[in-house]
Amino acid sequence: MTFEIPDFIPVIPELFLLGMACFILVADLFIPQARRDITYGLTQFTLLGTLMLTLWLAAPEVRITMSGTFVADPMSDLLKSVVLLISAMVFLYARPYLMTRGLYQGEFYVLGLFGVLGMMVMISANNLITLYLGLELLSLCLYALVAFNRDSTQAAESAMKYFVLGSIASGVLLYGMSMLYGITGTLDIAGVTAGILTASGEFNMALVFALAFVVVALAFKLGAVPFHMWLPDVYHGAPTPVTLFIGTAPKIAGLAIVMRLLVDGLGPLHADWQGMLLILAVLSLAVGNVVAIAQTNIKRMFAYSTISHVGFVLLAVMAGTTEGNAAALFYVIAYALMAAGGFGMVLYLSRQGLEADNIQDFRGLNERSPWFAFIMLLLMASMAGLPPTLGFYAKLAVLQAVVQVGFIWVAVFAVLMSVIGAFYYLRIIKFMYFDKPEDQTPLSRGMDVNVVLSVNGLLMLGLGIFPGILMSLAAAAR
Amino acid sequence: MFADWPLLSLVIWTPILGGLIVLTMGDRMPEASRRVGLAFAVLTFLVSIPLFTQFDRGTHEMQFVEMIPWISTFNIHYHLGVDGISMPLILLTTFITVLVVIAAWEVIQHRVSQYLAAFLIMEGLMNGVFSALDAVLFYVFFEAMLIPMFLVIGIWGGPNRIYATLKFFLYTFLGSVFLLIGLIYLYTQSGSFAILDFHHLPLGMTAQMLIFLGMLLAFGVKIPMFPVHTWLPDAHVEAPTGGSVILAAIMLKIGGYGFLRFSLPIAPDAAMALDWLMVTLSLIAVVYIGLVALMQQDMKKLIAYSSIAHMGFVTLGFFIVFMIYNNTGSWQGAALGISGGMVQMISHGLISAAMFLSVGVLYDRMHSRQIADYGGVANTMPWFAAFFVLFAMANTGLPGTSGFVGEFMVILAAFRADFWIALLAATTLILAAAYTLWLVKRVVYGEVANDNVAKLTDVNRREFWVLGVLAFAVLLLGVWPAPLLDVLDATVDNLVRHIAVSKL
Repeated sequence: MTFEIPDFIPVIPELFLLGMACFILVADLFIPQARRDITYGLTQFTLLGTLMLTLWLAAPEVRITMSGTFVADPMSDLLKSVVLLISAMVFLYARPYLMTRGLYQGEFYVLGLFGVLGMMVMISANNLITLYLGLELLSLCLYALVAFNRDSTQAAESAMKYFVLGSIASGVLLYGMSMLYGITGTLDIAGVTAGILTASGEFNMALVFALAFVVVALAFKLGAVPFHMWLPDVYHGAPTPVTLFIGTAPKIAGLAIVMRLLVDGLGPLHADWQGMLLILAVLSLAVGNVVAIAQTNIKRMFAYSTISHVGFVLLAVMAGTTEGNAAALFYVIAYALMAAGGFGMVLYLSRQGLEADNIQDFRGLNERSPWFAFIMLLLMASMAGLPPTLGFYAKLAVLQAVVQVGFIWVAVFAVLMSVIGAFYYLRIIKFMYFDKPEDQTPLSRGMDVNVVLSVNGLLMLGLGIFPGILMSLAAAAR
Repeated sequence: MFADWPLLSLVIWTPILGGLIVLTMGDRMPEASRRVGLAFAVLTFLVSIPLFTQFDRGTHEMQFVEMIPWISTFNIHYHLGVDGISMPLILLTTFITVLVVIAAWEVIQHRVSQYLAAFLIMEGLMNGVFSALDAVLFYVFFEAMLIPMFLVIGIWGGPNRIYATLKFFLYTFLGSVFLLIGLIYLYTQSGSFAILDFHHLPLGMTAQMLIFLGMLLAFGVKIPMFPVHTWLPDAHVEAPTGGSVILAAIMLKIGGYGFLRFSLPIAPDAAMALDWLMVTLSLIAVVYIGLVALMQQDMKKLIAYSSIAHMGFVTLGFFIVFMIYNNTGSWQGAALGISGGMVQMISHGLISAAMFLSVGVLYDRMHSRQIADYGGVANTMPWFAAFFVLFAMANTGLPGTSGFVGEFMVILAAFRADFWIALLAATTLILAAAYTLWLVKRVVYGEVANDNVAKLTDVNRREFWVLGVLAFAVLLLGVWPAPLLDVLDATVDNLVRHIAVSKL
């Protein structure tokens, strides 16, 4: 076996992020609490620097390196850019909250950066082991982040639940992967595909088992019904900035591994996993939308709304066509932007002594701040899928892919569920616009939060009026 | 001079821009917001006039066409154009919006800029609905309208406004998602979202049936048809005057427009097969809802039910064409029904706006919509009484008013189809007269009922002009409908020729 020096160029963004994360880990030890802004600044510099490197190295062709374990292609370029951008937004929204609650510590940023690194590895995985390593790196950081507020018993409970259930899911994934390895004799994803095509009939049963394990694990990580139980508790129990982090970028990374493992790797078994995804998607749409109506806590409501959005993403993947995959990518990016804005608004309303995680806390926002009520209106309209906001085109793309493969009744079911979903988004608009405020405390956060949150909300409208750019990027990525 | 202006884009985006400007002015200067809002509404109306004067009446082709690529991945275009069906509706929208802005002048004191912005943005979106020739563009405008209307009813509405506005929103949204699925299906069949391509797309009977029913849910809720009409009385009663006017005068027409632009030309065979259903539902609306209107104690509710009955007449006119063909064996006479329905839509737009504005005038003074609280208004408000009686007469379809023309054409068409249908349809003349004139008798005539009525003051100059302009329009269209019929002629003829050809 000869050792050849791999081509490091496609991996530069990850190496930069890794180096900077290690540097911040050490440097933060020497930074006094009063100067914590330095850690924050370094974190943002790292994320934006990695984003620049990713964009700079982006290329339309597929680049495979590190002995075939790492792939950079248009999909990874697009998804990594969005992940980095959204993570930077997350840290920005989170800062005032962390500062007022004594959580403004370097560990938050270091764990976050390693989580982002995990996501980037997941997105670029070309080998089952790489994929698993990325997923575990992300998951371990998230478990720790959920328990970040160590004085909160609720957070500790959520972290425990998340850790136990997440580990089971990881084990299930690993088990499925080991069966794939047993059948095909390789860990390389392209090799797995080739191995499945040539595998003899006696392996059929093993393949079905491997597939079932993989799908279950992925469904768990994405939070699809019936593997969604952890999601509302974790969203509810975690500190809001962590919920914001869990609810946005990791969904993109989760879809990336679905693309790499299921769509590409197990593509020959499409007929088998189509039915599984269909059931998961239909159940997610139904449970997510119906149960969300009963929630009074906005974080729980968003958790169930996430479940229903995951249903839409899975519907698109289920179609199994290029259009479907592009629609799934488009949807997940749109969703991550909406969720970032939605949780950003919850953080915006919260202050010392008020979590603002009850739907009632949005009462009379139009009287207190017409501008941010408008921003929230755009975000909610987008989540409900009302034109002319981004969420509508995401749903349009998915429905188009579903109708194209002949599942018209599934599309009808999906839109019916989104009508039910519209109700609870409208309820927030109702509280903001039709009710009188109970709380007259003036709302003001830093200029940075104001500007970025406004841009985030206006993006719903801007990308809604000109969705073509993002759509063609998503189409090019598949 | 206007030939190469992007007139349709202007009538869409001018009011939206105006709405955004008014919105940014905030609550600090309500008077300035009103002036700017009015300026933009008037400007939009002026911009829309060349659409009428420059309109080529000899052709059914789309005019003032604009087309630029919008979302290339799905072959979606920013494609605008009007024909004889949509152009009058755009004019109606721009005209009524001016009146709504003026009517709100002193009445709306709470969050003035948001109120005006909502109506201006809605105006732009409604113009977009009528001029969109791309299905996704149409759907975007069609749905986007819901949010401003949701806010208008919810913020400025009556005591039960939240129930009413949620019901309005969810009903319309539920209907329209089926339209979306239908449009996506048509896209997968034709490879484009152009509405005119859909018209020429051959479709099997099952597909046509499903598409027709999906669209029926969308447009039937909007228009609204029995039995999905129940959101309308609630929304009308709770909405502020301006909201009721826009709902009745224009939003309901979008349902009728949808039938002509989508249902009939895209699924003509399904429409033919289901014409019994449409005609039956229309007759139920005319007769049953007419009876329901008779029993109302609330003025706005009475006018709301009267709107449903009148819109039943519109759908009757649209779908009776197949029965005329079956009865007479020729498509020649069929156009009369569709033209009649169109005239009825425009006329009802004017009359219902006038009726709701009149009730608004009373409500602003007495803060009651109950008929029982009024009586003898003519004694204290003679000018108002004159207008109200005129509009009531128009609502009953008195010859010489616009209400007569459309109803007469539809009844005439119904006679060519079937005597009994015509007979049932003609009961509207009695029922409408009964509920409207009884309303007039109880509110306007008789002795002064109580002290509150005795203290009423007559219409002020602003209200006088608003009602006066509407009265003029109602009479003009009543005695001289020819300009409107000329515009409709070529387009309706072409539509009838189009649906005469089976797509199977």
